[in-house]
Amino acid sequence: MLSEEERREIAVEASRYPEPRAACVDALKVVQRHRGFVSDEALAAVAHALGMSAAELDGVATFYNQIFRHPVGQNVLHVCDGVMCWMQGAPALQKHLREHHGLAVGGTAEDGRLTLLVAPCLGLCHRAPALLLNGNPEGEVSPERLDRILARLS
Amino acid sequence: MTPLDAHPLTGRFQSDGAAVSLKAYERAGGYQALRKALGMTPDAVRDEVVRANLRGRGGAGFPAGIKWKSMAPPDDGSRYVVANADEMEPGAFKDRVLMEGDPHQLIEGMIIAAHAVQADTGFIFLRYEYQVAARRLAAALAEAERAGYVGANVLRSGWSFHLHLHTSAGRYICGESGALLNALEGRRAVPRATLPRATTAGLWGRPTVVNNVETLCNVPHIITRGAEWFVSAGVGPPSKRGGVDGGTKVYTVSGRVNRPGWFELPMGTPLRAIIEEHAGGMRTGYGLRAVQPGGASTGFVAPGELDVPMDFDSPERIHSRMGTGTVMVYDDQTCPIGVLHNLQHFFAQESCGWCTPCRDGLPWVEELLLAIEQGRGRPEDLALLHLHTRFLGMGHTFCALAPGAMAPLETGLVLFRDDFERHLREGCPYTAEG
Repeated sequence: MLSEEERREIAVEASRYPEPRAACVDALKVVQRHRGFVSDEALAAVAHALGMSAAELDGVATFYNQIFRHPVGQNVLHVCDGVMCWMQGAPALQKHLREHHGLAVGGTAEDGRLTLLVAPCLGLCHRAPALLLNGNPEGEVSPERLDRILARLS
Repeated sequence: MTPLDAHPLTGRFQSDGAAVSLKAYERAGGYQALRKALGMTPDAVRDEVVRANLRGRGGAGFPAGIKWKSMAPPDDGSRYVVANADEMEPGAFKDRVLMEGDPHQLIEGMIIAAHAVQADTGFIFLRYEYQVAARRLAAALAEAERAGYVGANVLRSGWSFHLHLHTSAGRYICGESGALLNALEGRRAVPRATLPRATTAGLWGRPTVVNNVETLCNVPHIITRGAEWFVSAGVGPPSKRGGVDGGTKVYTVSGRVNRPGWFELPMGTPLRAIIEEHAGGMRTGYGLRAVQPGGASTGFVAPGELDVPMDFDSPERIHSRMGTGTVMVYDDQTCPIGVLHNLQHFFAQESCGWCTPCRDGLPWVEELLLAIEQGRGRPEDLALLHLHTRFLGMGHTFCALAPGAMAPLETGLVLFRDDFERHLREGCPYTAEG
């Protein structure tokens, strides 16, 4: 199930800890980097590789916001819903995404290009409203600027 | 006078916003503190930090030196130092600023801490969303390893210290030290029982010390300049424990002020000076309604109370805390009930679900606030909210998440009383957030 490359990367992560299971979050992220999300089959294979039960690993996987157990789009957009962003324009960004891009929170665009999620405070409060696009931070984002950022997406 | 005298933590920062490289760090005196510390016994390093009264910058304010002294005595097994870089408190970004700006400062602080507690392995536990910091820390770690500061036989001292970067996957509770240790072990990140302490049985049952990023960043400066310098850098009144809270503090200010951002200032700088002088005061057209001085889990402070010194103990006198020094400013055109709902939504979502009051109480609080915000509130809801501030208070839950959530609610119920009542009568009078 896991590719040679995934196995190799997981082994590197596991070498940093005294027991393999400690690398389970890193291993889930390795799989997610290669496949976009963590399927049931991939989860079972990672659990087997680290000597955990699949149920135990799923307990960890589903605990975290950033481990995706369902497919996501080619790009992932996190709009901050921390209180400073909420106060300074984040709801307007969500409204804009809904009305002009047909994207609701948790949804993926029909062409599979973009998934919209919200994130708790991103630590960019002095540049509210903020977002992460594929992990890259952007601050002081107006709806117009968001359109320009999204237009650059592959 | 160099930039480091007034701003030891941020004085090396580059004006272009890039991370300070190893070369630049060394040119500005970097890793000299490590050389000095390695020439001292671990006990002497710990004593220096105890005398400096370096208090934990993660919010709790526990003295770092005392924590280090409580480490179980060495035996043949592993001992760990962990930097808590899981900064997720809404409003907080000081640790991000420190890690992105000067990653070697944190690394040097961790190596000195490891020497002080005789640890052989360290982890930087970084929140997932800080990917810029992750890249810069990884690059700095590689530089430090090549230069012989980290790894086998640190600076040919015969002592080895291996330091790893662990990037998490996004949950606020991982910043709670017991949950952080569970997360590092690959378990569900629920808090651990307070006893035994991590310094006795932490990671994999071995002695472990967990310190906040900013706390560790202060360590090299205390070693270089001495405890007396550190104590003299504070400007606040004497603390409950005796002495003053020393050093500088990276305060952050956000909200509708003229210059939102971060400011490294003497510990104990008054809240008013932070907001009005450094952050430039309120933007034209906006009045000040309230301030959370130390992040989402600290009580609201009224505009009349801004003269409070921002050290660990003073804000407690006005039912708040300095917390992480994360100042959030609320203006008079933002609905305070909406603010409270947003905050309680965060805490409800980030509850780990381990204990019942938090798991069931916080969503109930969130729902009550939403009902009030949407004009569906009932007069008896205020009493219910009050009840929760007691049921979810300290001593009723496994960790400090729910009690922290109740701090803004408890103070908000008093400070925003008129707004609550108006919402119950006629719904939300504010046109829109944002």
